[in-house]
Amino acid sequence: MLPPVLGVLFDGIAYGMLLFLLSVGLSVTLGLMNFVNLAHCAFAMLGGYVTVTLMNVLHWPFFATLPLAFLIAAAASVAFERTLYRRLYRASDLDQVLLTIGIAFVSVAVAAWFFGTTQQPVDMPAYMRGSFNVLGLNIAAYRLFLVGVGVAVTVALIGALEYTRFGAQVRAAVDNQRMASGLGINVDLTFAITFALGSGLAGLGGALAIEIVGLDPNFAFTYLVYVLIIVSVGGLGSIAGSFAAACLIGISDIAGKYYVPELGAFLIYLVMVVVLMWRPAGLFGKR
Amino acid sequence: MPASAAPSTPQQYLQSLSRWHPIEIAFWLATLTPFLLFPTYLSLASQIAVAALFALSLDLILGYAGIVSLGHAAFFGIGAYTAGLFSKFVWGEPLSGLLVATAMAALVGYASSFIVARFRHLTLIMITLGLGLLLAEAANSAGWLTGGSDGLQGVDIWPLLGLFKFDLYGTTAYAYSLSVLFVVFLMARRLINSPFGLALRGIRENWVRMPAIGADSRSHIRKVYTISAGVAGIAGAVIAQTTSTVSLEALSFERSADVLVMLVLGGAGRLYGGLVGAAIFMIARDQFSGIAPQFWYFWIGILLIAVVMLLPNGILGGLSKILARWRGR
Amino acid sequence: MSAPAHIAPSKDAIANRAIALATRGLSMSFGSLVVARDIDLNLPVGARYALIGPNGAGKTTLINMMTGMLAPNSGQIFLGDEAITHLEPQDRVRRGLARTFQINTLFAGLNPLEAVTLAVIERRGIAGTFWQNIAMHREAIEEAHGILVKLRLGDCCYQPTRELPYGRQRLLEIALALATKPKVLLLDEPAAGVPQDESGDIFEVVASLSDDLTLLFIEHDMHVVFRFASHIIVLVGGAVFAQGTPAEIAADTGVREVYLGKRKHG
Repeated sequence: MLPPVLGVLFDGIAYGMLLFLLSVGLSVTLGLMNFVNLAHCAFAMLGGYVTVTLMNVLHWPFFATLPLAFLIAAAASVAFERTLYRRLYRASDLDQVLLTIGIAFVSVAVAAWFFGTTQQPVDMPAYMRGSFNVLGLNIAAYRLFLVGVGVAVTVALIGALEYTRFGAQVRAAVDNQRMASGLGINVDLTFAITFALGSGLAGLGGALAIEIVGLDPNFAFTYLVYVLIIVSVGGLGSIAGSFAAACLIGISDIAGKYYVPELGAFLIYLVMVVVLMWRPAGLFGKR
Repeated sequence: MPASAAPSTPQQYLQSLSRWHPIEIAFWLATLTPFLLFPTYLSLASQIAVAALFALSLDLILGYAGIVSLGHAAFFGIGAYTAGLFSKFVWGEPLSGLLVATAMAALVGYASSFIVARFRHLTLIMITLGLGLLLAEAANSAGWLTGGSDGLQGVDIWPLLGLFKFDLYGTTAYAYSLSVLFVVFLMARRLINSPFGLALRGIRENWVRMPAIGADSRSHIRKVYTISAGVAGIAGAVIAQTTSTVSLEALSFERSADVLVMLVLGGAGRLYGGLVGAAIFMIARDQFSGIAPQFWYFWIGILLIAVVMLLPNGILGGLSKILARWRGR
Repeated sequence: MSAPAHIAPSKDAIANRAIALATRGLSMSFGSLVVARDIDLNLPVGARYALIGPNGAGKTTLINMMTGMLAPNSGQIFLGDEAITHLEPQDRVRRGLARTFQINTLFAGLNPLEAVTLAVIERRGIAGTFWQNIAMHREAIEEAHGILVKLRLGDCCYQPTRELPYGRQRLLEIALALATKPKVLLLDEPAAGVPQDESGDIFEVVASLSDDLTLLFIEHDMHVVFRFASHIIVLVGGAVFAQGTPAEIAADTGVREVYLGKRKHG
């Protein structure tokens, strides 16, 4: 048994990284277009089912499926964005909520139709199932891998946003859309690419989540709540904010379940409500 | 709003807007038909009346003041648990239980209205969702009081007015829920046609302009949120009393989502929108009760997408558009 | 760009009148962009002030600060003798400071009668009444109707706002502001977007308003400005560049160079 505090902290961070992957795309697209996309986790779920199918039907190794989980989720999201979402960019919050809840409902039913309502099994490679000792801490290899992926994605995203031309365009569009299009930035295209990237990351997160939280058709709603909490706590459009909020919520959730299991998910909802009352725009939000 | 009546003064014009339409009278007469024509469906009819009450309460904040809530079940659940606990620990007289449950829900609504009135857009949606989930989790943890996931045990409701027992056939249940619905509807109708109702429509039509005409939108929102919470509490209390059961489902996210679907389906911002939407939704669910819930939600999802894309003002909005076009020719 | 005000406020009779609206050292910036620089203004009761300046000079920002829709970084605003710098927008309106918007900010689904009645019942403090039919409040309705008739909107007051011709909507902007019974009215380009031949109508309506009402209007058309304003304030780069009577402003070479000469009918 690990020393509880450090172990809980480590598990919480690993879990937080997962939540970060699931939510960062939504945060950026919300900041960019103010579009309330409640179907975001449906794309994550799609990534999960891609991995499951490739592994169990075609017997691909786990790691080989991850790029496809990313790509297929990204491609599907673009299809939806081009056909349905874009018509509602200027619509009311309510219309956006209704459309995307509708899509999430449909995705749950479709997943249940093809895969049934049971949890999907995945067969992790042996070297990922083990754990090892570091300074007396028992570290699960897969969780360490998750932390690695989370940090790598954060560094890559922040780097891309800060140091590439495309990143500068995204930042300009998040700050002031009208001014950005005045400067000749194609906001429409910028958004489509960002949306695809964000949904792809969610798909990747969905695939990586199977080992930790399982995969069933309700994934689209169960994790939607977590993702929305992270986005609103972190602040729209802020990658660093999402990262911090994901760690905060991940640790709170694991700690809550470990120390006061009778409270259930009470703790994270409380964290969210308190943070939003204190800072309505989130920890790192500007608006 | 047709100016066909050619009112002679502005006052008479505004008066004419709140006149009872023959279709309205026909609608309320039609609600009596289950007693005669569908006696086997009285329990369902009673559930429809409760769903309609709940949708009406959401309409007050969403349809008239433009506040999107994903956690309205909180007040429904508070009403249900208060009515259930009241019958268990105080006495089973239903009307006093209804009053206490309403007051409790309105009180919690008033307290949370100070939070809700501060926010707009996504933050508001998240806050309502978060408060709703928070309450559901709290009720789940407080098993000593609520019975947790087993539901509240020992709910015992006395006969209505000391005379009519809540029986298995649902006659009393439907008479009770329909009467409550009608009385609340009358009050909501009066509210919509009042100065306050006009102010609410102002908030919905243009949030930015309200302060520029000297209006304190936040105080209006606090008031309507409190009223709406009270009405949702009434709906919850009625379901608890007519079925003698209360479960965590009363507080669930699904219930919040369902009522939103009903209202949007019928047409938000119209007094009858929630009523019509609730009837269609509940009858459809009853007809398709054989299929697994996730496939039921498939059709709900398709419906939502279709309503947003094709019928932005719901069924009643679509109907009134067709009617206006037909009259125009 | 940021030359100090080099024309002193004129010392005619108006200077002795009570001040309806004043600002002291009003400053504001967004990051490095300064939108208001140490603005001192005195609007005497009953004055007709035009606020002019090139695009981006900070004219609408100034109105937004005066009405409480933007918070200045520093400085103070007075309505009469009362400091209103930290009041909520609706509380300033209730004390008599109303505005209109450059881009129509109306209640699209209400008709003019309902919209103006709403403003009247808000002022009369009965907008929270939810147990009476609105038709019970005859006085408020008739007051609203009277304002609409005065602004030549009587014949379309039952038509939904979104169906009104654009010029009518501009008049409704003013009607809504008047329903608050303002002491000071700030008009942000009241005739914006209206064809030139109709914009005269709107300013005729503005000119016919009570003499007790203090007016400040933003306008680009110099013919209109010189015809209707008793005083002109020139705003450049967020600072007051000059102020004075139309004659003084017309004679001022600095203003000519910076503003009038370059952009005649801006």
